[in-house]
Amino acid sequence: MTRHFSTFSVIREGLKGHTGWAPLWRSPAPKDAYDIIIVGGGGHGLATAYYLAKNHGLKNIAVIEKGWLGGGNTGRNTTVIRSNYFYPESTALYDLSVRLYEGLSKDINYNVMFSQRGMMVLAHSDAEMEMAARTVNAMQLGGADAELLDARAVQKKAPVLNFRDDARYPIHGAIFQGRGGTGRHDAVAWGYARAADRLGVDIIQNCEVSGFLIEGGVCKGVETSQGLIKAGRVGVATAGHSSDLAAMGGYKLPLHSYALQAFVTEAIKPFMDTVAFSPMTGSYFSQSDKGGLVIGGGLDRIPSYGQRGNVPVQETVLSGIIDMAPALAKVKLLRHWAGIVDVSPDSSPLIGPSGTDGIFINCGWGTGGFKAIPAGGYLFAHLLATGTHHDISRPFDPDRFQTGHLIDEASGSGIAH
Amino acid sequence: MSGVRRDKGGLIDRSKPIRFTFDGRACQGFEADTVASALLAAGVRIFARSFKYHRPRGVWGAWSDDPNAVVDIALDGISFPNCQATTTTLTEGMAVRSINAWPSAQRDVKGVLDLAHRFLPAGFYYKMFMWPDWHLFEPMIRKMAGLGTLGQEVSDGFQSAVLHEHCEVLVIGAGPAGLTAAREAAQTGKSVLLVDDQAELGGSAYRIAGQAGWQAPDWVAEQLAAIRSHGGRILNRTTAIGVYDHQMLSLVTERGLGTAPVLRKVRADQVILATGAIDRPVTFENNDRPGILSLEAGTEYLNRYGVRPGSRIAILSNRPDATPYATQLSEAGALVTVVDAASAGLKALGRASVRGLIAGKDRFDCDTVLASAGLTPLIHLWRHAGGKLAWDEGRQTFVPSEGPDWMRVIGGASGTFALDAALDEATAAAIKAPVPARAPYAIAPLRPDLSSKGRQWIDFQHDVTVKDVALAHRENMVSVEHLKRYTTLGMAGDQGKTSNIAGLSAMAELKGQSIPDVGTTTFRPPFVPVPLEAYRSTRRDRQMQPLKRLALEPEHRALDAAFGEYGGWLRPAWYGTDTEQVAVRRECQTAREAAAIMDGSALGTIEVVGPDARAFVNFVYYNTMSTLKPGKIRYGFMLAESGLVFDDGVMACVDDTRFIISCSSSHADAVMAHLENWRQDSFDPSRVHIHDTTANWSTVTIAGPKAQTILKALGVLEDMADFPHMSLRFGTFAGEEARVARVSFTGDTSYEVSVRNTVVARLWRKALEVGAQHGGGPVGAEALTVLRAEKGYILVGKDTDGETMPHDLGFAAPRARKSAAFVGDRSLHTAKANEETRKQLVGLSVPDGAPKLPIGAHVVAEEGGTRRSLGYVTTSHDSPTLNRPIALALVEAGQQAMGNPVKIWHLGQSHTATIAPACAFDPEGVRIDA
Amino acid sequence: MQQFPCPFCGLRDEREFHFAGEAGKPRPDTTQPISDADWAKYLFYCANAKGASHEVWVHTTCQEYFVMTRDTVTMAVLGTHALHEVPA
Repeated sequence: MTRHFSTFSVIREGLKGHTGWAPLWRSPAPKDAYDIIIVGGGGHGLATAYYLAKNHGLKNIAVIEKGWLGGGNTGRNTTVIRSNYFYPESTALYDLSVRLYEGLSKDINYNVMFSQRGMMVLAHSDAEMEMAARTVNAMQLGGADAELLDARAVQKKAPVLNFRDDARYPIHGAIFQGRGGTGRHDAVAWGYARAADRLGVDIIQNCEVSGFLIEGGVCKGVETSQGLIKAGRVGVATAGHSSDLAAMGGYKLPLHSYALQAFVTEAIKPFMDTVAFSPMTGSYFSQSDKGGLVIGGGLDRIPSYGQRGNVPVQETVLSGIIDMAPALAKVKLLRHWAGIVDVSPDSSPLIGPSGTDGIFINCGWGTGGFKAIPAGGYLFAHLLATGTHHDISRPFDPDRFQTGHLIDEASGSGIAH
Repeated sequence: MSGVRRDKGGLIDRSKPIRFTFDGRACQGFEADTVASALLAAGVRIFARSFKYHRPRGVWGAWSDDPNAVVDIALDGISFPNCQATTTTLTEGMAVRSINAWPSAQRDVKGVLDLAHRFLPAGFYYKMFMWPDWHLFEPMIRKMAGLGTLGQEVSDGFQSAVLHEHCEVLVIGAGPAGLTAAREAAQTGKSVLLVDDQAELGGSAYRIAGQAGWQAPDWVAEQLAAIRSHGGRILNRTTAIGVYDHQMLSLVTERGLGTAPVLRKVRADQVILATGAIDRPVTFENNDRPGILSLEAGTEYLNRYGVRPGSRIAILSNRPDATPYATQLSEAGALVTVVDAASAGLKALGRASVRGLIAGKDRFDCDTVLASAGLTPLIHLWRHAGGKLAWDEGRQTFVPSEGPDWMRVIGGASGTFALDAALDEATAAAIKAPVPARAPYAIAPLRPDLSSKGRQWIDFQHDVTVKDVALAHRENMVSVEHLKRYTTLGMAGDQGKTSNIAGLSAMAELKGQSIPDVGTTTFRPPFVPVPLEAYRSTRRDRQMQPLKRLALEPEHRALDAAFGEYGGWLRPAWYGTDTEQVAVRRECQTAREAAAIMDGSALGTIEVVGPDARAFVNFVYYNTMSTLKPGKIRYGFMLAESGLVFDDGVMACVDDTRFIISCSSSHADAVMAHLENWRQDSFDPSRVHIHDTTANWSTVTIAGPKAQTILKALGVLEDMADFPHMSLRFGTFAGEEARVARVSFTGDTSYEVSVRNTVVARLWRKALEVGAQHGGGPVGAEALTVLRAEKGYILVGKDTDGETMPHDLGFAAPRARKSAAFVGDRSLHTAKANEETRKQLVGLSVPDGAPKLPIGAHVVAEEGGTRRSLGYVTTSHDSPTLNRPIALALVEAGQQAMGNPVKIWHLGQSHTATIAPACAFDPEGVRIDA
Repeated sequence: MQQFPCPFCGLRDEREFHFAGEAGKPRPDTTQPISDADWAKYLFYCANAKGASHEVWVHTTCQEYFVMTRDTVTMAVLGTHALHEVPA
């Protein structure tokens, strides 16, 4: 069986007809009890399991997933990875994520194709250039890389953008983060799953939680479609469905669930390397290694658990793209879909105790969960293993809604998540 | 040998030749040809190259299910990437280029990649390129990827339109079943809309084989005439691309290459899907060779376009109804052999084009293979609408089962492949009668031969083979979604229309399960690829976010104003032809030395009236407003319930039941919504009303030492005595009511004179005329922002951020003392709100001779070699009044640091400044009462 | 494209409406002491129900706030009534 991935092993297997590859992960039946159960087999849940095993030496761990691994927002997002945030708490969190992403492929021996081709946040007026400068300075002071580009520099990187005199939103410049870029979203879930499995984590698909076993106010396990599974601690990382789990677990969350849509076009020969985002229209796009344009934008306006998008937002997002790059008007849309994201009052995540003893939460990532997967997993593992916060996750504890220490990036930096 | 144009038959017009080129070679087709039918007739076999291995690709389908014949087309100087040759109507002058091929599809240098296929299995990139670094490999991989080429030229004429439609019955698909359903429904008197994606309606009618006495063109014409005569509407070239919430369908009407399509949003009480069925490919060795077409496509080219796809044709099928097709093709002059698709050891011969077929020990020489592993209903829209599918063992495919009561599926789309049964089903659907039971139909199940050493294609465009599915299975990528994502099966331009069932079938065989146990992936819109432009409709250029325009705009233009966008309003930035710097300095001087005449109309004006108005304004303002006397004005903040500053501005009390709120110009709509929210939530809505009068009034602001003199000369107020700062008077101008508020945003004596839009131009001109006599003149928005900055007056959103509370701006009293409830009150007492390190509004001064600070620069603390942000510069100007730079900033505990030197950081550069009061000019405020 | 029934104007395009929050969260009397936890509960916490959800919406064209019950999975509208009206 070939377990290690490398160019050499692919060539060797190629000569044998690829018959020797080991399964990426086992499909074990659930045990009666685990030290820690992670609910949710998306990026955050799988990364948490991996770091629990790797960083904290815990072996008796299960990830339970109601469908297939990475089938939620991990496999539905627009794959942008960046740390261009305004507040130092956010920069610390997301830059940890970018740093972990930078070493991830080698760490887990799975190519997640983190392509640091850069991310541009456009500025469309003098006032936006001033806000962009504020953000660039904040990022530099916070330890993240950032440059302020003028219009000419933007045009050099992305000639397809709208530099016509009659543009509704003329381009004055951009915030550029060179270390930002895109990754292969499915590969992140699969890579973490494979690496966690290798460390002994049980990954159980098609296992839906129907309730929590609460004894004396303390959670002792989960009721699932594959039976009762006991647990010392339970970590819930179920994104848009977090409130639903909360209702079962007897705690409340400050979240609203919305559909967030994504779009992909037909494959085109490469013409643009960076991600480009226009805060005026809320639309952004990048070109994947396969050649398709991957397009995203703002949230749908109607709270929703239906994993499908709504027409008005499709129109807003796609017209925003054409305004940003008029030559794309003739490019054809291949497919659009939606994921359910959980949006918190300050659009920043919640990592911490749930309010029910024994249950911990990792949620509220809103539209930006993918980029945070390594950090989310790393910090959540720390919390689950030690029962206390890592310094970087401390500000994101749900207690901030009582103390008033909100981390509201949308109004701080003008950048939506 | 390959395709041959027959001298008769088909719907093309042989009297109208159309010239075009393919890979530089001159070709000719006829009117009503598609690019594919014309190329096929011209003897072209290789249309493009596949995505990964650059294998030669011929045409497989004859319509939107074709994954292979993708081409770039240039027309009238604009190029369009990735056009489906099978659905693109041929147009004179098209320059057609094969995709993913160089120099041509016939001879593509990257074709050698196919030799390395064993090292490029499904998902090879997940296992490779990690060492030394992915970024070394990625540029090369990117260069290899992609299909068509994007021309970056912009076509202004490429504009879509959107139409909204309603009908009682929407029939999608105008084949025999759809035509019948539409006719029957129209005859009952219902409003019927029949749509079909082809230019020529009829669907499968033209290729129906073995139906005695069937005369397709006549029959189609009769149905169309009957539908029209009963008032039914018919749209051709119109594809239903998606079904959305609350029963809305999106339809796209093609208008030819180079013209953007029309998007129709249709609501129908009843939807009948008659979208037909397509052939599944037979999975066997080298089944991707050019010259292997689907059986339906082969006969479609023959009957619709008069093109016989080959001369020696092997029909490879398990369909019980294949023989009549053979007869059609024989009658058209082809030598036809029928080969059982269930034969063991199938293999296609030939490389650039199929040359024969091996079935076990038998060998069939042929130049064309028409293959079908059975028909697959096109049920995408049914799935969009939430309809369910059931596996039909006899048909070896999924057919519609339970679903929404407003949608019915008929004909091929429901698995009813026989003509008579389909027509019965159509009639029943039209009159909402019970569905007749699906007639039995049995084909031999086909499973891929897993023992075959050769490569058997499943996704033609993306080069996914049975071996790739086997690899996914071996690696435990067995969920259908994992299979799809890992191998890219079904993610090509056709979105799995051809590959879906073949992929499931292979996985089922590998797992030893049935196909329904393997499952299906989700069907996502759009049904066919649609240009992004189709979604744009009116959201283009200025209409994306229409600007608000001032009633005085012509007056400003007459004064050579430079315009800018401020909070959604198009406002004069400065006047005259000088540079901005010169003009702003001049206008500031005018304002400080004489008087500024300004257009203040963009400020939001909201009236609050009713017996509870006083209680209401006291509740929505941070400041105590309950004590405001009639005729008086007070400055205040509105907070969000989170305690953050939401808006600021002045409010005037007209009398106990009437208040006039003035809010930031960009904020009027949001403030209005905010007020309505609280009015309806916390008050008796019959006792307090809110009315946005921004658009009803225009305001001319006169500010400066000469303001009082000018106002007096305007004659608006009879009596100017006892009119102190922060008070309101009513007067008249040109016989109309005029409202004069003595408030100031410049720090000088200032009056806002508000009149109806109809007379404001006269007021403006008179103010300028009188003002000029006293040295005053027009002043734009840029100078105003400098004047207000000199006084330390804030602009919400610019000088506040997402954490600013009123006490950060020096307004702490209501927080400490206001006893009545107000919006945001409790949030002003959280731990965070009480912190001493809150960012507070301050001024910054720079050393003598230093330039102004850049806006966005941060104030930093340097601690042990690291810098920490303490805040940032929010406003910065060269003050013409003070002849030095001024700045406003939000700085941690700034109020306690007055006079302290601070370090400033901007884009890698360090500067120094000193914390100063926000108000840099006339701190005692003597000018305001002058 | 959804359509919502405004209790005052009838069935209208979803773009005319704006989601204002969950129904049934009366503003606490802020002249009395309120704990941080209770204030946070009022201000931030919500049921975010999967299925039937009671919500306050505003019809921006007539500016009336009203209560709408929707199924957040199927998007079906289950009923609407004026803000201070008790549904029958």
